[in-house]
Amino acid sequence: MSNAGTILDIQGPIVTARLPAARTGEQVKLGALGLMGEVIARDEDCAVVQVYENTEGLRPGEPAVAMGQPLSVELGPGLLGGIFDGLQRPLEAMLALTGERIERGLMIPALARDKRWAFAPAENLHIGEQIKGGAILGSVPENPSMAHRILIPPGISGELIDLVQAGDYTVDDVIARVRDAQGQIHKLRLASYWPVRKPRPFQGRDHAIQPLITGQRIMDTFFPLLKGGKGAIPGPFGAGKTVLQQQIARWSDAHIVIYVGCGERGNELTDVLDSFPKLTDPRSGRPLMERTLLVANTSNMPVVAREVSVYVGMTIAEYFRDQGLDVVMVADSTSRWAEALREVAGRLGQMPVEEGYPAYLGSTLAAFYERAGRVETLNGDHGSVTLIGAVSPPGGDFSEPVTSHTKDIIQTFWALSKDLADARHYPAVDWLESFSLFVDTAARWWHENVDEDWLLLRNRALRLLTEAEELNRIVNLVGVEALSGQQRWTLESAKLIREGLLQQSALEPKDSFCSPQKQFMLLKLMLDIHARGADMLTLGMPVRELLRLPLLAEARRWKITFSSDEMKSLEQEAVKIVPVFDALRAEYASPSASKDQAEDEFRAQISMGTGTP
Amino acid sequence: MKALEYRTAAWARGGLLAMRNTPDVALGDRVAVLDHLGKRRSGQVIRTSGELVLIQVLEGTDNLDLERTWVRFLDQPFELTLAPEMMGRVFNGVGQPRDGRPPIVSRLSRNVNGASINPAARAYPREFIQTGISTIDGMNTLVRGQKLPIFSGSGLPHNRLAAQIVRQARLLHREATTDVAATNQEFALVFAAMGVSHSDARYFEESFEQSGVLGQVVTFINLADDPPIERLILPRVALTCAEYLAFDLDKHVLVVMTDMTYYAEALREIATAKGDVPSRKGFPGYLYSDLAEIYERAGRIRGKEGSITLIPVVSMPSDDITHPVPDLTGYITEGQIVLSRELAAAGIQPPVAVLPSLSRLMKDGIGEGMTREDHARVASQLFASYAKAQEVRSLAAIIGAEELSEEDNRYLQFAQAFETRFVGQGETEDRSIFDTLDLAWEVLSLLPREVLTRLSEKDLDARYRPAVSTQ
Ligand SMILES: Nc1ncnc2c1ncn2[C@@H]1O[C@H](COP(=O)(O)OP(=O)(O)OP(=O)(O)O)[C@@H](O)[C@H]1O
Ligand SMILES: [Mg+2]
Repeated sequence: MSNAGTILDIQGPIVTARLPAARTGEQVKLGALGLMGEVIARDEDCAVVQVYENTEGLRPGEPAVAMGQPLSVELGPGLLGGIFDGLQRPLEAMLALTGERIERGLMIPALARDKRWAFAPAENLHIGEQIKGGAILGSVPENPSMAHRILIPPGISGELIDLVQAGDYTVDDVIARVRDAQGQIHKLRLASYWPVRKPRPFQGRDHAIQPLITGQRIMDTFFPLLKGGKGAIPGPFGAGKTVLQQQIARWSDAHIVIYVGCGERGNELTDVLDSFPKLTDPRSGRPLMERTLLVANTSNMPVVAREVSVYVGMTIAEYFRDQGLDVVMVADSTSRWAEALREVAGRLGQMPVEEGYPAYLGSTLAAFYERAGRVETLNGDHGSVTLIGAVSPPGGDFSEPVTSHTKDIIQTFWALSKDLADARHYPAVDWLESFSLFVDTAARWWHENVDEDWLLLRNRALRLLTEAEELNRIVNLVGVEALSGQQRWTLESAKLIREGLLQQSALEPKDSFCSPQKQFMLLKLMLDIHARGADMLTLGMPVRELLRLPLLAEARRWKITFSSDEMKSLEQEAVKIVPVFDALRAEYASPSASKDQAEDEFRAQISMGTGTP
Repeated sequence: MKALEYRTAAWARGGLLAMRNTPDVALGDRVAVLDHLGKRRSGQVIRTSGELVLIQVLEGTDNLDLERTWVRFLDQPFELTLAPEMMGRVFNGVGQPRDGRPPIVSRLSRNVNGASINPAARAYPREFIQTGISTIDGMNTLVRGQKLPIFSGSGLPHNRLAAQIVRQARLLHREATTDVAATNQEFALVFAAMGVSHSDARYFEESFEQSGVLGQVVTFINLADDPPIERLILPRVALTCAEYLAFDLDKHVLVVMTDMTYYAEALREIATAKGDVPSRKGFPGYLYSDLAEIYERAGRIRGKEGSITLIPVVSMPSDDITHPVPDLTGYITEGQIVLSRELAAAGIQPPVAVLPSLSRLMKDGIGEGMTREDHARVASQLFASYAKAQEVRSLAAIIGAEELSEEDNRYLQFAQAFETRFVGQGETEDRSIFDTLDLAWEVLSLLPREVLTRLSEKDLDARYRPAVSTQ
């Protein structure tokens, strides 16, 4: 047989085999253990195979068999709520079959074969009609949160020759048949397959229009991402990438969340598996696990499967997108994926360019991120894949290749800072380093749905934070006493914004998720306090007095005292800003308070460098 | 294939031996190398093809006379023989006795590389281990099944800290039991030493002996003057033993590994000899995955009694936390305890730098029913206040302490008290978590109440006790 050959050379995850007929991208089964891999290069009559599993024990002379097709995922009902490895093997089923350690050479299909699903055919379909890829055949209520639509796989079109009645079917039962133009008959089942490295087709790209609401203030209010956008979370170890991605997985207003643990810790996936079934979606009230799917290639699992895992996750994401859904995929961490690329490139002897990475790193990353987006699906619906990648730069150095290439590709950049994390300012998103290209589009949504003043206030808050940064530099040179009263108040207000608004602990029950309404309310209140305080200063109130206001400590606790469901109470609490300042105004509104002010202005001149003491 | 001897060495350098015209040897197989003096070295196949087989020789390739070197392919993977009698014994990096006693005899042996734990099989670690050290218990809590390294520098007392943890570690709910035997039975320690000096090795041994745990310790040791390549296999051997103790014999195993930097340097040596593409500082690109294979063997497994808690010691060359070994370790482990040269110089023991330290598994191991209800908020407040105090300190260094505001002065007092009383506790003081938290309140009470915004009003009402006069 031309598709069978022998192993010649084994070097870590790279195996060379004499396989004259195997094509690049084709799956290969190796040795007595039946380890799976894929052809990544050809050399005369040899194929170079990257192996998804540990190659220990493999020997030259053992058989190699080309399987005829590229790595594909199985798509259909039963995916949600599950955990799969980087090759889409169901880890729960593997646990039941082989125990707590992953055995090699085991191929288990992703979907359960014996489970029956209640399939209801689409009512508008008629036997004999012409249909094409993307058309809806019917749907299966996969769980109470999700009506799983069964689509005709892309690439198949023709005459519908039969379609089953409503009833219970396994994923292998034929539910419809289509005769194409050549007269060939395609049997369609609840399960279908798609090669992971090939983006699923759509009719066209759409503009992203809606922000992804994550319930995290630093993201939604300050650096928004749109549904269908591409975002990155770079940061040194321990800065909070995983927690932030888990927060997105928990709280974002997506229909489906694909969580890809790529080369990270096993316990982090256990954490998700343990906690998600107990958490409910704040919008639907249903267990979060019903809309979540995990792909896990932990750091101790073989490197090549790590490289594949992000493609497996993405293909599943596109599959749900094609059903007209908004999908969020988080990948933790894309650096581990890039390192897997690097390792394979190194073993192939490819020329490294930067820090050992191959020259195609940038283009590979870009092509992958390009699979995100909002699209018009083949059946004219709209769906999106939002992609958020964590990046783990060595030594926390953002100039390294993976971070810098990613930064050029994405649209929202949430830069995590070690200094903020060390001071336990979480999320440790650095407001000066981060950016979003989506602020104007997001503003349209906020203005329509929350408040007209959103953009104005958001920018005002950011300006205040930037000003404070400048002032802090001065303070660090000459001390806080050199600042004017207004400047000190700016510093204090920035601190209030940092602590009362930006800081948001994932562990705080009432603040882990923050609704857009609460986000805006807090933003408005903090700025209101700032403005009123600034007024008092012009009236001559000494800044020292202002800094002593008990209101400042109370305002910092509002976020944890009132949940998003307790907006009424928050409003009631907040009205007390008015009497506090009214009382002060009554005290200082006498016309003789200008001495302090003159002094303030003098100090301001000194500190801004316009005069030397 | 039968085990056969070959004398077809093609070249040897940097710990690698290449053989020509050998049979079809399996990757990872064990080999015995017999040099011209009749001395036996052990090795492992790291690349194999019909023409060439590459062997990593654990004792190194120095003084190999290629003409007179015999290689015997043992046709079996690298395995460790396992038995309960390993407790109390001392082995070398490949599991051979170093204590002059006979080798372990048992039917049971396992591949030292282990197999990855299915993430769906893991149980999330959440049982608080009281180490009696305030900076750890109070602010960077250790739980059973966690991997928490100590990042240190040359000359810093990381070994003393590790030994103190070994002496004092216990589960809180066990405090009341007097049944020492029962507690002892389920506890085991695996000590893996790579590249350590004779005196450090002796220090640990004495310390285990003093605390009466020697009978529960399995030691794997490769000293500074032993062949470095053996360090590549040692942690795998040690963890294979730990897995056996934890998941076969239901013990709670604490694994102390020192020093991972020497391990990584041995890996670099071999990688360089192989011609692997280097990434940072000459370390191979796969250092991350390689370290992860080791560290990820810690943890808990659903339905199993035992656990593996891992405390690797990582020395940071030139105190540089961004050096690849501490950096990649931090990316894999569940936090880190960082030691500070300044605190050590100031005589504070253990000199834990709390700000860069972190325990990621703390959140689920503390609070009501596990430690105390206010624990999380107290820890968060300590971090925030100490971070602020550090800012004040650098300001004071520029403008002078006299120029500071009253509030800033309180921060300085707080930092001083925090470091000397909370961080500093000496090697013999074993504090309960409740003492630690009370002490935290004492030092926090040096600060004005208004700045303690991470604590709740209720906490403050109950526990905030400012000294009558702080001025
Ligand atoms: N938003 C947050 N709220 C509360 N705690 C947080 C938050 N973000 C991070 N933390 C704390 O920081 C720790 C480290 O965060 P995380 O595990 O997300 O870091 P990471 O950036 O993913 O690190 P690594 O690159 O090593 O995986 C967490 O265990 C938690 O204690
Ligand atoms: Mg992480």
